Amino acid sequence: MKKAEKLALDDQWSTDDIIRDREELSEQIRALGELKEMAAKYGFDISGPASTAKEAVQWLYFGYLAAVKEQNGAAMSLGRVSTFLDVYFERDLEAGLITESQAQEIVDDFVIKLRIVRFLRTPEYDDLFAGDPTWVTESIAGMADDGRPLVTKTSFRFLQTLYNLGPAPEPNLTIWYTPALPEGFRRFSAKVAIDTSSIQFESDEIMRMAWGDDGAIACCVSPMAMGKQMQFFGARANLAKAMLYAINGGRDEVSGKQVAPVTEPVQGDYLDFDDVVDRFDKLMDWLAATYASAMNVIHYMHDKYAYERIEMALHDYAPIRTMAFGIAGMSVVADSLSAIKYAKVKVVRDETGLITDYVTEGEFPLFGNNDNRVDGMAAWLVSTFMSKLRKFPLYRNALHTQSVLTITSNVVYGKATGNTPDGRRKGEPFAPGANPMHGRDSHGIHASAASVAKIPYRDAQDGISLTTTLVPTGLGRTESDRITNLTSILDGFFGTTGYHMNINVLNRDTLMDAMDHPEKYPSLTIRVSGYAVNFIRLTREQQMDVINRTFHGA
Amino acid sequence: METQPAPAIATEKVPLEAKSPFEMRVHLGEGVPETDVRTALRTGDMGFLHSFTTGSAVDGPGIRLVAWTTACMFRCQYCHNPDTWTLSNGIPVTLEKAIEEIRKYEHGLKVMHGGFTLSGGEPLMQDRFAARLFDAVKGMGVHTAIETNGYFGERLTDDELQNIDLVILDMKAFTLEQHTRVTGLPNADILEFCNRLAELKRPMWLRYVLVPGLTDIPEEMEAVADFAMSLGVVERAEILPFHQMGKYKWERLGLDYQLQATEPPSHEMVAKAVSIFRQAGLTAD
Repeated sequence: MKKAEKLALDDQWSTDDIIRDREELSEQIRALGELKEMAAKYGFDISGPASTAKEAVQWLYFGYLAAVKEQNGAAMSLGRVSTFLDVYFERDLEAGLITESQAQEIVDDFVIKLRIVRFLRTPEYDDLFAGDPTWVTESIAGMADDGRPLVTKTSFRFLQTLYNLGPAPEPNLTIWYTPALPEGFRRFSAKVAIDTSSIQFESDEIMRMAWGDDGAIACCVSPMAMGKQMQFFGARANLAKAMLYAINGGRDEVSGKQVAPVTEPVQGDYLDFDDVVDRFDKLMDWLAATYASAMNVIHYMHDKYAYERIEMALHDYAPIRTMAFGIAGMSVVADSLSAIKYAKVKVVRDETGLITDYVTEGEFPLFGNNDNRVDGMAAWLVSTFMSKLRKFPLYRNALHTQSVLTITSNVVYGKATGNTPDGRRKGEPFAPGANPMHGRDSHGIHASAASVAKIPYRDAQDGISLTTTLVPTGLGRTESDRITNLTSILDGFFGTTGYHMNINVLNRDTLMDAMDHPEKYPSLTIRVSGYAVNFIRLTREQQMDVINRTFHGA
Repeated sequence: METQPAPAIATEKVPLEAKSPFEMRVHLGEGVPETDVRTALRTGDMGFLHSFTTGSAVDGPGIRLVAWTTACMFRCQYCHNPDTWTLSNGIPVTLEKAIEEIRKYEHGLKVMHGGFTLSGGEPLMQDRFAARLFDAVKGMGVHTAIETNGYFGERLTDDELQNIDLVILDMKAFTLEQHTRVTGLPNADILEFCNRLAELKRPMWLRYVLVPGLTDIPEEMEAVADFAMSLGVVERAEILPFHQMGKYKWERLGLDYQLQATEPPSHEMVAKAVSIFRQAGLTAD
């Protein structure tokens, strides 16, 4: 296959692109040889197709292992293997080669392997990403374009591992959810979410419309066509800080240093909405250019010096490439712009004339309460920054995408950002992902989710993350009620324009107790923006951030 | 249930929407002139609401939007929202504004098999507002429920009751003596209202708050359960275990809280109460 792809390039004139492609294909062919060699060391010949379910899982694992090794244990997602593998299990079960419990055991064993790949990685990753994520994201369920649900018995088997092996962040089990999925499966996934707080949900309809029905999630929430698409990813733009730079003429509000190009800072005692938006718009032009250029350089160099041979060998030739930008601080900016427009925001300057604080007088609508006046500002921000990024040509003609997702970095971005006009104090965490700021979504979950569902996917095609925490007793009086009600919430959110929902079903007391007595909660898993983490391995600061989030109760 | 301390900026103002009625609200409607209050009560042009929340899964079937009214004629010893006793503690909201707010959630409430619940306080203290609001919501095709003590049930006409898909009746006690002890008022009108609902075949849920040392009387619960069963329209009985989350409100309002030292019932006590209701033939939890 790869040899044929390479051969097909022989007729093409040797431009830079073709030479590079030929070289990459040679590397891919070599990597496939090494993969075969690695498997042979374990005593397996993977040059032919797998003949049983057990072999299929083994062959798959070798592919996965090779990819992880090539990347020193960095983020590596899996695919939608639970749907793909099922025919092997069905055939073996029918032929009497295995029993159901043996089928489950094979899946359990595979999941154990996926959970321990983190020990393969370099220690720097553990410092960088709290809570142990390795991004082994497995997509589950969803629908085919012809209307068949892609739910299989193996979809259930993967979810069942959370009971057999206990809750854990890995693999990052992601339900491609739509109200069109069979009711039994929707209810079972709601039950798993309630019991384990370990799975996430993404809109099958939105992702399928954009990328087709043979898709999977890469990293946290990024959808792509399976084996035909890849993404260049990197960092996020802190848009709350960018807004402060705009107000301060490009100076950093914490250090006072000139970071962005020099402009005239805001004059006068009060912020004017049109004036701030105008300055912010210009600052985002500069920010988008700087960001896009840095990403081009990073990925050019990455391909040049650390080309991902085996990963790309397992993809078709000439995949669709996206370049996934990211933003942080969306709800802080939306609430700040709302304060400037609907209340009066007085600036406080230090002795050097730097604006370091704001005094806000009067009422203003807050993001997360289903109020279009402010929800529209969040949507405007996402669309505006995206339109600026799109102006810049990208490395290898990648498509521009962006995400509104932070995992745990909302804490870090918040720490580095000064006081904001919405009343947030210097150093306080941002809300994670596309979440409303903690405690400000005072209407309850329906209103909160409705606000987030207004962020347009067309301008955030790498994902829009909402993390929700529900109190168990608030979800219903009996287990059956809780399952029914969570299924309804999911149907409501994904039946409209909701994109992603992380669901934790927890009491705040449990988390506080886990902070004080981590030994009692070795496997307490919770969902953070786009991801699951082991709660007791978070830093104290990150734990406090989680505890301070809005708990939707009754 | 958990509450969240409001962010610094939100403390200055009082949004209509609260996460739950456990957030205390006092003296918000005091600026409304007495004559306007009377007009509002007579016409239902305006209501007084403690708060308004979405996404409730415990105030009727499905995922619901709930509005809590202010004013109540009872003084239940175990009340967890004594700040809703007084009408003027509510935010004045015009009928149009309330309808407009509900309309924003119309589609979602239908998809999520939920609806709109009017609770309190005692919503029938503002019966004209309640009746007109239910008429409008029912017109949207959204499921409607009222959570009431039933004392003013006679204020709703038979036609108006047709706009309420579910009556969640908070039955405090069955015998007159016990009812007076718990609430300060008699209950003959409540039992009559229940009988009327039964005649009209209006679906009901029943709620009973289990307070150790006050309402955990087997004979009383049996009487409530048997009566409920005899109505033939009670689809579900919910035993609500007493909790102390309203304690701070009693203290801050300077009220005499008789249940200072009362503990929530144990799981065994709750299970026993549930079994009493089940033995009567009810679906209970």
